[in-house]
Amino acid sequence: MLLITCPYCQETLPEAEFVYAGEAHIARPEDPSQVSDEAWRDFLFIRTNPKGPHFERWRHLHGCGRFFNAVRDTVSDRFLTTYKAGEPKPDLATLTGEAK
Amino acid sequence: MTVVPHELVAGVLSETPDLSVSLMPLRGRFSLRLMPEGTDPAGEVLGFRLPTRIGARQAAGSREVVCLGPDEWLVVCDDADRAVIEQGVATLAASVPHALVDLSDRELTVMVSGSRATELLTLGWPRDPQSVAVGTARRTVFDGVTVVIWRDGETQWRLDVWRSFAPHVLDLLLTGCRELAAG
Ligand SMILES: [Zn+2]
Repeated sequence: MLLITCPYCQETLPEAEFVYAGEAHIARPEDPSQVSDEAWRDFLFIRTNPKGPHFERWRHLHGCGRFFNAVRDTVSDRFLTTYKAGEPKPDLATLTGEAK
Repeated sequence: MTVVPHELVAGVLSETPDLSVSLMPLRGRFSLRLMPEGTDPAGEVLGFRLPTRIGARQAAGSREVVCLGPDEWLVVCDDADRAVIEQGVATLAASVPHALVDLSDRELTVMVSGSRATELLTLGWPRDPQSVAVGTARRTVFDGVTVVIWRDGETQWRLDVWRSFAPHVLDLLLTGCRELAAG
């Protein structure tokens, strides 16, 4: 079982307490009616689906209930870091450097 | 008045020298949600400082509170105290944005105690029990069900379970009791 660190609880807890909630840092257009069909489609459906570090949202459902962000390597399933919602994207080079 | 099925009446459900499982009498319960600015005034009304560390507890008389999330608390009280808490917190309506929801009818509490209590809980609890210190509590998952687990002593635990999930959780606990008793 994966162990995930909740940045709100500040504890490292079993995956069973959490749910995955899709890619992170996808901002909803401020004024959807001004957005082209293509741009709106991209916002709704197009995701990066990387092989490697992935910025994604998780929710500590059976716990504090908060959504937060994580960087997880989709190849190794290793969590590089987790951070509170609203905080800026962490620098990937630093993270992957630490992981080696 | 909460109506519960007859098999969910308070009392001892299983008892051996090293493990006891019992259903506790019904209590008043509230969910309290507010922003950090509101913790001091709300604490004044309730009679204790609202803990802000997730899992930390406070108590005053028969009232207890645990911090479940950055803006969420669970308040447990005697049945007769429910109206007092409701009226008290209502005085904050104009000054402190908050939500106070009476959950009394939603949950039951199971007490698990004895030298094998912690072992019994590991049956449905993926978490390391030692990560919950005595005198704290956590919302967590027990065999797929959201529960609040209170650790009152080294081998004394309380599980707040939603009423609709209680037959499932109790079944598992009582099966576990028989398993442990069988060696
Ligand atoms: Zn959490």
